[in-house]
Amino acid sequence: MVRMSTARPLRDTMPVPSKTAVTLVVNGVERPLEIAPWTTLLDALRDHLDLTGTKKGCDHGQCGACTVLVDGRRINSCLTLAVMKDGAKVTTIEGLATNDTLHALQQAFIDHDAFQCGYCTPGQICSAVGLIAEGKAKSADEIRELMSGNICRCGAYPNIVAAIQQAMGQS
Amino acid sequence: MINFQYVRANDVADAVRQIAADPTAKFIAGGTNLIDLMKEDVERPARLIDITRLPLKTVEETADGGLRIGALVPNSDLAYHPLIQQRYPLLASAILAGASAQLRNMASTGGNLLQRTRCYYFYDVATPCNKRKPGSGCSAITGLNRMHAILGTSEACIATHPSDMCVALAALDAKVHVTGPAGERAITFSDFHRLPGNTPQRDTNLEPNEIVTAVDLPARGFAANYTYLKIRDRLSYAFALVSIAAALELDGDTIKEARLALGGVAHKPWRDTAAEAALRGQGANPATFTRAADLLLRDAKGFGHNSFKIDLARRAIVRALTQATRGTPQSQSSKKIL
Repeated sequence: MVRMSTARPLRDTMPVPSKTAVTLVVNGVERPLEIAPWTTLLDALRDHLDLTGTKKGCDHGQCGACTVLVDGRRINSCLTLAVMKDGAKVTTIEGLATNDTLHALQQAFIDHDAFQCGYCTPGQICSAVGLIAEGKAKSADEIRELMSGNICRCGAYPNIVAAIQQAMGQS
Repeated sequence: MINFQYVRANDVADAVRQIAADPTAKFIAGGTNLIDLMKEDVERPARLIDITRLPLKTVEETADGGLRIGALVPNSDLAYHPLIQQRYPLLASAILAGASAQLRNMASTGGNLLQRTRCYYFYDVATPCNKRKPGSGCSAITGLNRMHAILGTSEACIATHPSDMCVALAALDAKVHVTGPAGERAITFSDFHRLPGNTPQRDTNLEPNEIVTAVDLPARGFAANYTYLKIRDRLSYAFALVSIAAALELDGDTIKEARLALGGVAHKPWRDTAAEAALRGQGANPATFTRAADLLLRDAKGFGHNSFKIDLARRAIVRALTQATRGTPQSQSSKKIL
């Protein structure tokens, strides 16, 4: 937050734009924010709302670690400006479990050992929630293709596919 | 990313008024390419005009039997739209061959047309690039150019247009509807994107004060005999080295109508009507397909790392026309090329 409030323009002629009031409904809770327009949804979640489950991997839409659901659709939060999502419902990895019960995909990732370092896992799971809601993937080939926006540097792909198949069977 | 002002447009007229009033402004919709370019300091707009609230989100049937696609229809919604799947499966297939599920959920139809090249030098502000900084030179011609163009290049630029969707739209003879201060106009798809020539900084013939409002598809959809064959360095989530949109109408073994457009080979989706004419009226067989491929590639020129693309494109054209003839389009999930 400090970084944002002290940001200075690179061009002397350009005034620093005032911060904009935005309300995001994050994991069912209204979260009013005052943010600069260049704040990505990823930075808003991590730096302004302290929801650090969503990860910053490449910050360029190439790795999928920042995947969250906006109004039920999976997107890359690193390429999304928070000001453009005023009023939207955002679901992050922190919002998937119900009280002490893990989401079926969280449990399936544990059951199938679908991660090693775990850094890509929140994005993988949010992406898989979106995948299952879309209902387009039936076969393992289709799961692999429609999960290709989530890179796992540890190479846990076979177990990720198995975990998604397990959760699909339950939904 | 530099600081910028953020404003919203209420309707198309408001959007045009705002963009015309500020030459340093840019429209933003999906943001998948623009925000990335802003993070790289390649794009430095002083103002972003958010157009995502404009009423351009529908797919509607037109009086001539075609479809009008609103400029803000997301790529994923378009690919899975029942009328696109039934009548224009070539377009659906091309869209699903590109990017990732997340990016397709974000990216808009109009934005897909206006996305910029992924040439490494265009992205690297420390290197000369005529597209990014006119007159600074082209680093790719004598540099790393594996992904670069083999057709329609100039001494100023050998960048490629990165879209898959646009290759299908070129083959399908789509029209782009735009609105500017002077009113509306329609641009045929092959006239929308430009070759680099001496002005590679201009990707399209859209004027800076115009907005894309819709893309029209004509009635002819080639739903029976088509394929989108994309060849790339990894099986998913990678830009095309070469891609082929092939669409045929057959009368027995004879080609009645043919469409052939390539991606990954030029500064624009490369549709060649001479190659299409060479297919029309001929038997649908490898000899015909090879003649058409040779004709399409008659002026192809490699720059070293990308010279392999000429042979690759020739073989991919023959394979794609074979797939289209058989009615066995390339699967975008199982990547086996049959």
